[in-house]
Parts: sequence; structure tokens; C-alpha cells
Amino acid sequence: MTTTTRWATRIRGIVTSTIALAMGNVALAQQPQDRFQPLSQQAQEGISASPLLLAAYGFAWAAVFIYVFLLWRRLGKVEHELADVNAQLAKRARR
Amino acid sequence: MRTARWLVPASLAVALLMFFRAPYLINAAPEESTMGAVQKIFYFHVPSAIVAMLSAIVSGIASAMYLRGRRPMADHVALAAAELVVLFGAVVLATGPLWARKAWGLWWVWEARLVITLIMWMLFVAYLLLRRFGGPGSDVLSSAVSLVGAVLVPFVYWSVNMWRTMHPTTSVVPSLQPEMMKPFLWSLAAFLAFYLALLLTRVRLEKSRAALEQAFLALED
Repeated sequence: MTTTTRWATRIRGIVTSTIALAMGNVALAQQPQDRFQPLSQQAQEGISASPLLLAAYGFAWAAVFIYVFLLWRRLGKVEHELADVNAQLAKRARR
Repeated sequence: MRTARWLVPASLAVALLMFFRAPYLINAAPEESTMGAVQKIFYFHVPSAIVAMLSAIVSGIASAMYLRGRRPMADHVALAAAELVVLFGAVVLATGPLWARKAWGLWWVWEARLVITLIMWMLFVAYLLLRRFGGPGSDVLSSAVSLVGAVLVPFVYWSVNMWRTMHPTTSVVPSLQPEMMKPFLWSLAAFLAFYLALLLTRVRLEKSRAALEQAFLALED
């Protein structure tokens, strides 16, 4: 196969795939809408407020309580360690 | 420190009492005409946002003081306030989409208020990550990060007035009806008292940590 023939084949392939893609997009864009559906009151009220409200309250309370618990635990640990080290220092000073 | 000793339990007690009363007041408040019951998320979404912004300003000012004078106390306050920005910011960023899902039909919109709030929150997350994993010198770098976060606060607040957004504007709170204003102010006062208690306790933790480091050094000598 000559170089010219190879290039012609490549260009034909690119053009063919581009046309195929473009036609696919046109086909998708031109899909007809077979019916109109009114936005009913029922559809608008589809999402209930209560679970969202409860989830929001639940998250806020959980976040705050978890933080308070972790803070209380960290503080207790550090102050316990500090008391231990201070006791060791005091013992050493007495010696 | 004598003041702080009674202030922490006092503000914590006030906050807890107010938090337990708040649901009754919020339940008694009227539903908003267009959004219905989901609008009641407002009573803790907005106080959380106010406390997060206040905490960002506290952290920014303390960071500026630390950068100027290198006083450890300023660094302790900056770190404590930054952690609370992340906590209350997380509450804002979690409760907001739950409200938006019902009110706007979307969990999230890439609009000014939401995006700037997210960036501010992420800056304070970056601050905490820097403090945790940054090694020596991270205190100075993180102070600069905190300053940038604090500078964003006015943009967060006024973004809804400066740009056209879906988010309600700042005129909503001053124009609240008395029956909605009362639970809102109650909730806000509870959040502020709780914030004060948490901030003082967190500062105490940092002071204890610094004292522990000093004590370990003294023990090694």
C-alpha cells in the first residue's frame, strides 16, 4: 500500500467516524417528545420536608455531641498526663 | 483564669438549657408560606453560620496577633477558633443542602454564597491539617491561612447582596415576624453561649498541651 493510499484510508476513516458521531448526536437531539406532562401539585410535594428537617437536626446534634465528647476525652487525657509528669518532677525535686 | 473557670460551666449550662427549650419554640413558630416546614432548618442553620463566621474572625485576629508578637496564647486562641469554624461550618454545609433540596429542588448550586462558604471552610480544614502534619514552622504558615479565611468572611456575608443568587439575602433576618424572630434569637443566643464554652475549653486544652511539652522537656533535662 502506497503512502498516498494509506493517508486516504485514514482520512476516510476520520470523516466517516465524525459523520457517524454527528448523526448520532442529531438523532439524540431530534428525539421527539411524545407527550407533555404538567408539573402537578403532587410532583412538587414529592419530597417530604420531615425527613430533611429531622436529618438536619440529627446531623447538627450528632456533630456537636461527638465534638464535645472528643474534646472532653482529649482534655482528660492531656491533664492526666500533665499531672503524672508534674508528680514525677516534684518527686525528683524532693530527692 | 478564675473567670474562665466559672464561665465555661456557666455558659455550657445556659447553652444546654436553651438547646433543650429551642425545639419547642421552633415547633411553635409558624411555617413559612412558600417553603413550609423545611424552612425551620433556618433556626439552627443561620446561627451556626453566624458562629462559624464569628469564629473565623476570632481565629484571624488571633493569628494576626500571633504573627506580630509570637505570643503562644494568641496561637492557642487561633487554633481553638479554627477548629470551631470547621465544626460549625460543617453544620452549615450539611444543613444547607438538606434545606435546598426541598426549597430549590437541588442539593447544591455553584453560586457565590455557597462556594465562598465552602472555600472558607476548606481553608480552615487546611489550617488544621497544617497544624497536625505541617511540622516545625507550621504555626506561622497556618496563621497566614487563617488570616485569608477571616478575610473571606465579609465576602461570605455580602455575597448574596453583591451577586444575584438563589440564596436568601441578608434582609431576611431583620425583617422576620416577631413569632419567627423569638425562636431565632433564642437559638442564636444558645449557639453563642455554647461557642463561648467550647472556645474556652479548647483554649484550655492547648494551654495544657503546651504545659505538658514544657514538663516533658524539664523531665528530660
